[in-house]
Amino acid sequence: MKHSAITAFSPDMFMHNFAEAEPGLTSKGAIEESNRCLYCYDAPCIKACPTSINIPSFIKRIATDNLRGAATTIMDSNPVGASCARVCPTEELCEGACVLNDASAPIQIGMLQRYATDWAIANDAELFKRGTDNGYKVAVIGGGPAGLSAARELARQGMSVVIYEAREQAGGLDTYGIVSFRLPQSISLWEVEQVQKLGVEIKTGVRVGTDIAAAELLEQYDAVVLAAGMGYVPPIGIEGEQLTGVYDAIKLVEQTKTGLPSVNMIGQHVAVIGAGNTAIDAATCSVRLGAANVKMIYRRTREEMTAYDFEYEFAKQEGVEFRWLTLPKRIVGDDSGRVTHLECVQMTLTGETGKDGRLIPMPVEGSEFLLPVDAVVLAIGQERQLSLIEHFGLSHTWGVVEVDDHTYRTSHPKVYAAGDIIFGAGRGEAMVVSAAQQGKLAAHAIIRELLPQTSPAISSAV
Amino acid sequence: MADLSTNLAGIRSPNPFWLASAPPTNTGYQVQRAFEAGWGGAVWKTLGDPIINTSSRFAAVSFNGQRVAGFNNIELITDRPLDVNLKEIYETKKRFPNHAIIASLMVEPKQEKWHEIVKRVEDVGVDGLELNFGCPHGMAERGMGAASGQQPDLVEAQTHWAKEVATTPVIVKLTPNITDITVVARHAVRGGADAISMINTINSLAGVDIHTWNTIPHVGGQGAHGGYCGPAVKPIALNMVAECARHADIGVPISGIGGISTWQDVVEFMLMGATGVQVCTAVMHHGFRIVEDMIDGLSNYLDEKGLASVEELIGRSVQKYSNWGDLNLNYQVVARINEDNCINCNKCHIACEDASHQCIDMLTNADGKSVLQVREEDCVGCNLCSIVCPVDGAIDMVAIENDLPPMTWNERQRTIASLNDAYNVEVM
Repeated sequence: MKHSAITAFSPDMFMHNFAEAEPGLTSKGAIEESNRCLYCYDAPCIKACPTSINIPSFIKRIATDNLRGAATTIMDSNPVGASCARVCPTEELCEGACVLNDASAPIQIGMLQRYATDWAIANDAELFKRGTDNGYKVAVIGGGPAGLSAARELARQGMSVVIYEAREQAGGLDTYGIVSFRLPQSISLWEVEQVQKLGVEIKTGVRVGTDIAAAELLEQYDAVVLAAGMGYVPPIGIEGEQLTGVYDAIKLVEQTKTGLPSVNMIGQHVAVIGAGNTAIDAATCSVRLGAANVKMIYRRTREEMTAYDFEYEFAKQEGVEFRWLTLPKRIVGDDSGRVTHLECVQMTLTGETGKDGRLIPMPVEGSEFLLPVDAVVLAIGQERQLSLIEHFGLSHTWGVVEVDDHTYRTSHPKVYAAGDIIFGAGRGEAMVVSAAQQGKLAAHAIIRELLPQTSPAISSAV
Repeated sequence: MADLSTNLAGIRSPNPFWLASAPPTNTGYQVQRAFEAGWGGAVWKTLGDPIINTSSRFAAVSFNGQRVAGFNNIELITDRPLDVNLKEIYETKKRFPNHAIIASLMVEPKQEKWHEIVKRVEDVGVDGLELNFGCPHGMAERGMGAASGQQPDLVEAQTHWAKEVATTPVIVKLTPNITDITVVARHAVRGGADAISMINTINSLAGVDIHTWNTIPHVGGQGAHGGYCGPAVKPIALNMVAECARHADIGVPISGIGGISTWQDVVEFMLMGATGVQVCTAVMHHGFRIVEDMIDGLSNYLDEKGLASVEELIGRSVQKYSNWGDLNLNYQVVARINEDNCINCNKCHIACEDASHQCIDMLTNADGKSVLQVREEDCVGCNLCSIVCPVDGAIDMVAIENDLPPMTWNERQRTIASLNDAYNVEVM
């Protein structure tokens, strides 16, 4: 191996490299920033928030040192508002809509949201109450943002809710899939705890379809919310994927979320294949795992990449290199089965657009080259939960569950779906905040269905 | 560069910026530092029989995170022996002969007390005297300060006693804690005042600590009213200056005091009739160096306006200040929203909707863009929308031509009365 590990990845290094990168606002900073907010009427930031957080209202509460009120306003609209404060693409949402964009500078809404929710976390504030028990039972499959959001709303309405979570802990991607230096796991687990405190039972380590049958759930519960997200990275379909040193981006990030990772990238040259937000996370994760050089390999250009601008900027600051118009052809290993090279071919844009409206890239004949690498991280998307969907017998398009636009009801009248399991096939956004909103709306639809006399507006906060 | 020097009732100063009688003028050390920084004059912290101060004296009011929007104090007059103050005044005047040093004085309302202190301070070479009839707290409980300033006859008598022996100009400092400041001002003039200064501080309680339930400030858990000053009081002071300036029976120079923090404030006070100004809170907040921008800004302003001397500003807006009954009821302005500058915060809409005359509509134009539009026929020209608008140039208050002749309330009432008289004559 050319770039042998100089040293082992120590717990200290891990703690240091994976601690939250951006410091929160100081109280003075929060007061100044919150007072800068114009407190718009019919504010565009609210409309730009997928969960419609009353942003001017929570910011006013920060300005008056009513942090409980601020946190309640946020979490009322978004049950994973603390995570969203950190991972939302705010410049494309609330901050992008701020009327001060052209006048001076947009309000740092994400940072203020983090300030308020950090207060709630630090003060162990219980912001909501469980509703009076009405005897209805709902099963939620998957304890990620969509599932937690649905469960929280249902519990506030007095439903008994059980979350079936395949993993050891709930929280989904917020707990396992977003690098800790952007979203510490403790934030996601706090959100999980808030839902549990409303009486929601979370059965972890239970895989629906394997450990418990769909039929059983449909019999035991009045409604089921399917919010199982997506799976790991699918095979890319090139030679050498089985070699030592080839990683699944999601599993790589996951390793850094569950304790000291066993993967050692110190001094290594790493190629990340893909250009979405997970690919960026995998790339910056590799940097912080000690890689000497990280290149992102993408067959299209900067214009077509799906990662958010702030993710791209962050990756560049971390020293990640970008190889545009580069298609991986095969992964080359040595006799011991370890990755040594990634063979790529140069691409060119043909000028023709594909069905998705993006320019079609074509290989440049004879431009193949060998990139010397020690590790290859695959980040070309996530697998669909096909077997689970088919186990429920739900209509779907290529593994994307079909739902009613308003009620999030699937083809099965008792089953509703939200989150990444309905994302794709040209539908929706794979954002945490969208998943949270969908979970909320699915819960409201269930409430309307089971309790037609009840206003879908959830009882007010504590 | 315009001439910034002023002459207030014979007291000459290199510029109109004086320090008010207050903590910044407590010692020779401070006043000399102030003069070095650029202040044109200083009214020495009030001399009298030394007092004892409390520990914990000041408090301030923040507004939306901005410190010292208003300032409150329960400090009394000088707590240093008169001899020490006089020695330092003498030394300071010697070092800065061209700067104005005015001695603020407060003694019991007795003729001999006034005679004695006036003689003693004039002996050390002050340029003028300021009689403190304004301090609202502490000293007032002992029959001095505002307590005597609230009795017009006592103001007149004490001014007269000071004038009996004074050889330098006498300024009478007035309290705002009174129904009509012009009444006291007229009595000061009748007593012989060469000038008046205003305003002293306004009775105030800065706040209550919502956690301890103590007053702010408190002295060992007990509070008492203080005197309020700082930017928040400027409009009150400006009105009192203007009311005195436009009063025919007053007619003496005015030294303007109250919330002055910037060169713009100085321009406003001088336009409204002040010959110069006194500043305290801005210095308490930022130090003496704040005067640098005041001098520079005023000078640039005068140059831009083509004025050779700052004295050309004095009283230029006084004739524009009159009684409500003299305002033209047929004058009409309406709000116009400039879409190019509007940032669509909708604050004008909600202010008009909830607090005024419901005449700003939130619409969508042909391009699908949100626009705000004033229904001019329903607009009363109240200015509220332009006040709450956060960006400059987005809302203009535009004067509307109409066919109606100018008519004030007073004219209207006179016309109605004369018509009634004519009618009554006719029917009788």
